Amino acid sequence: MKKTLTALALAMAVATPALAELVVPNLSYRTGPYAPSGIPYADGFSDYFELLNARDGGIGGELVSVPECETAYNTEKGVECYEATKGLGSLVYNPLSTGITYQLIPKVTADGITLYTPGYGRTSAANGKVFANVFNYPANYWDGASIIINHLLDQEGGSLEGKKIALIYHNSAYGKEPIRTLQELSKKHGYELVEIPVDHPGQEQKSQWLQIRRDKPDYVIMYGWGVMNSVAVQEAVNIKYPMDHFIGIWWSGSENDVEPAGDRANGYKMISFHGTGSDYPIYADLKKYVIDAGKAAGAGDQVGTALYSRGMYAAMVISEAIRKAQEMAGHSAVTAAEVREGFENLDLTEERLDELGLPGFAQPIKSTCADHGGPGTAMIFQWDAAAGAWSKASDWIEADQDVIAPLLAEDSAAFAAENNIAERCN
Amino acid sequence: MPDQLLFAMEVTLNGLMAGVMYSLVALGFVLIFKASGIFNYAQGVLALFAALTLVGFQDGQVPFAHLINAVFKTNLSTFGWHLPAIVAILLTAAVMVLLAIIIEKFVLKHLVNQPPIILFMATIGMAYFLEGLGDIMWGADIKKLDVGLPQGISETVESVTDSIFGYGFFIDNLDIVATVVAALLVLSLTLFSQYTKYGRALRAVADDHQAALSVGISLRFIWVLVWSIAGIVALVAGIMWGTKSGVQFSLSLIALKALPVLMLGGFTSIPGAIVGGLIIGVGEKLFEFTIGPMIGGATENWFAYVLALVFLVFRPQGLFGEKIIERV
Repeated sequence: MKKTLTALALAMAVATPALAELVVPNLSYRTGPYAPSGIPYADGFSDYFELLNARDGGIGGELVSVPECETAYNTEKGVECYEATKGLGSLVYNPLSTGITYQLIPKVTADGITLYTPGYGRTSAANGKVFANVFNYPANYWDGASIIINHLLDQEGGSLEGKKIALIYHNSAYGKEPIRTLQELSKKHGYELVEIPVDHPGQEQKSQWLQIRRDKPDYVIMYGWGVMNSVAVQEAVNIKYPMDHFIGIWWSGSENDVEPAGDRANGYKMISFHGTGSDYPIYADLKKYVIDAGKAAGAGDQVGTALYSRGMYAAMVISEAIRKAQEMAGHSAVTAAEVREGFENLDLTEERLDELGLPGFAQPIKSTCADHGGPGTAMIFQWDAAAGAWSKASDWIEADQDVIAPLLAEDSAAFAAENNIAERCN
Repeated sequence: MPDQLLFAMEVTLNGLMAGVMYSLVALGFVLIFKASGIFNYAQGVLALFAALTLVGFQDGQVPFAHLINAVFKTNLSTFGWHLPAIVAILLTAAVMVLLAIIIEKFVLKHLVNQPPIILFMATIGMAYFLEGLGDIMWGADIKKLDVGLPQGISETVESVTDSIFGYGFFIDNLDIVATVVAALLVLSLTLFSQYTKYGRALRAVADDHQAALSVGISLRFIWVLVWSIAGIVALVAGIMWGTKSGVQFSLSLIALKALPVLMLGGFTSIPGAIVGGLIIGVGEKLFEFTIGPMIGGATENWFAYVLALVFLVFRPQGLFGEKIIERV
């Protein structure tokens, strides 16, 4: 019995990360209906930290531990994962789910841990005065909607007056996020907005696309996820909707979404807050230290895809925030509270992106106490079916902050009132 | 003719086509329930597994490649061949038969004479096992399934309706193919069960297990047979749905679309599965078209169940199901 207990204690000691390690859990989903989207993101996230460990010996001399926990994109499991891993000394969470994010916001605030949700989660968390522990830079759902409208304005010579724009969206908290912004923008630009919801999982969308065929909108915007995206692209092809008038948010813009429709998906557009493809210098190191060394999180077949790049982007920002925290604290084994400070004072410059081997991959971020939302910019990409890759179709486009800022203030003020939160940073 | 009426006709036609797609999934449930009284929770996963295996064979994927690579530090992915669709379909059908033999040998055989709830629980276990096995064997990435089925708008239907009504209807070529395939499938199953020795044995088992056993019909063989047929029906459903949306793990959720069809058509009737599918397909599409815009849309998932429940109030055994009378 004594021997068994000793062995058990030893095993636990091995399983638990050493105290000196920086713990960044990866709440991933490699199983279930959303696995095709979850796998490349999780691979990119883990591989970046693996690269830092293998090439640089971690961050500031501290190895990074990335314990993975399977959420299956299920909110309850996501919360379980949080509870199971926070005791490891976790510094920051990135659950890749708006549902899980909403549940974790009060928990991370109470526990003093950072929640980083780039391009997803609660949009008004961009207001650092209310959401002290949540950061969603470089762009949020509302920025995305506005950026798409700005792109369409550009396409239409500066006016959308009298145009009809359909929003086909995942009938969930995430999918409904852009509605208010698009409604406000329709008042400003004079277009008609048609809202078309699709229920989970989105395998059958005949009614929605028959409606689009009847209504003949000038443009279709998509806020979808998982199988909903590929079915929508296929149905758009079936009704011969012009693909260059069909544009998705960054969560409706992976290779998985367009490849099943084959060549006919050519011309479909999406917006992204980071670059895609393997043409960045960092990939040489990634190949040498991670993939060829057999240390890749997955099979290594997702490298350079849109979602792999997004997972890598999230890991890169987290590692830079940890680096900032180490610089501010004057020691390398930083705590969760110090990492939150690092996030709040992050200054990611173009020069730093060049040093990281990611020139032009993303926009600089300068975070402040009040601004947790970042620059709110993105680029348009267009699917090139022949090349099987996304090609850049615009420069960085800014969101219309005149419309978004009041919405952010309104929503975050409502959250502050509901939860008795006093505004900070004054 | 008013535009709204034309649109309603188009929606009705598409509803009928969607109903056929639901029926394809429901058929597998009916076959197993009819022959063995088991509600096969794993039917949706069988369709997923069949579609994954088909794409795997067609593209020459090495099964368990990720696992082999992780254990032996190899770099396997494909055999380097691309099989013709018909060969891949036949091989997949053989795998589904093999799977039926395995299920009978390792699961069903040990549960003879157990209450139906135990058998139902066993199929839940099988569903999770098969989903995991499919993942390990073929990977969780989304796959393009192309067995040469036509897709996209039917130009013929569009031009004919345009010349008659002045508005070209949208009908997907894939849906037309699915309708033809479903009709052939039902015809084959009917001929098989009416005119072949094994078909009659299957009906005998469905009528009365004990009586069938007493005249020398092997229950184990019949179970293998019916699970094989259900596996092949799942393959057909997997091909149709996989062509439509790509092969990915939410394919198993198509079973959710079959449940209201079964509730409405009855669990023991093949024509019931077809008619139920058509009623559900047309009902949900017309409701979405007429009432949907007034209540925010996305009504199809729940409306199918509401429609089935309304039918249940008046005919608990479904439209074509057998009325169960238990005397105390």
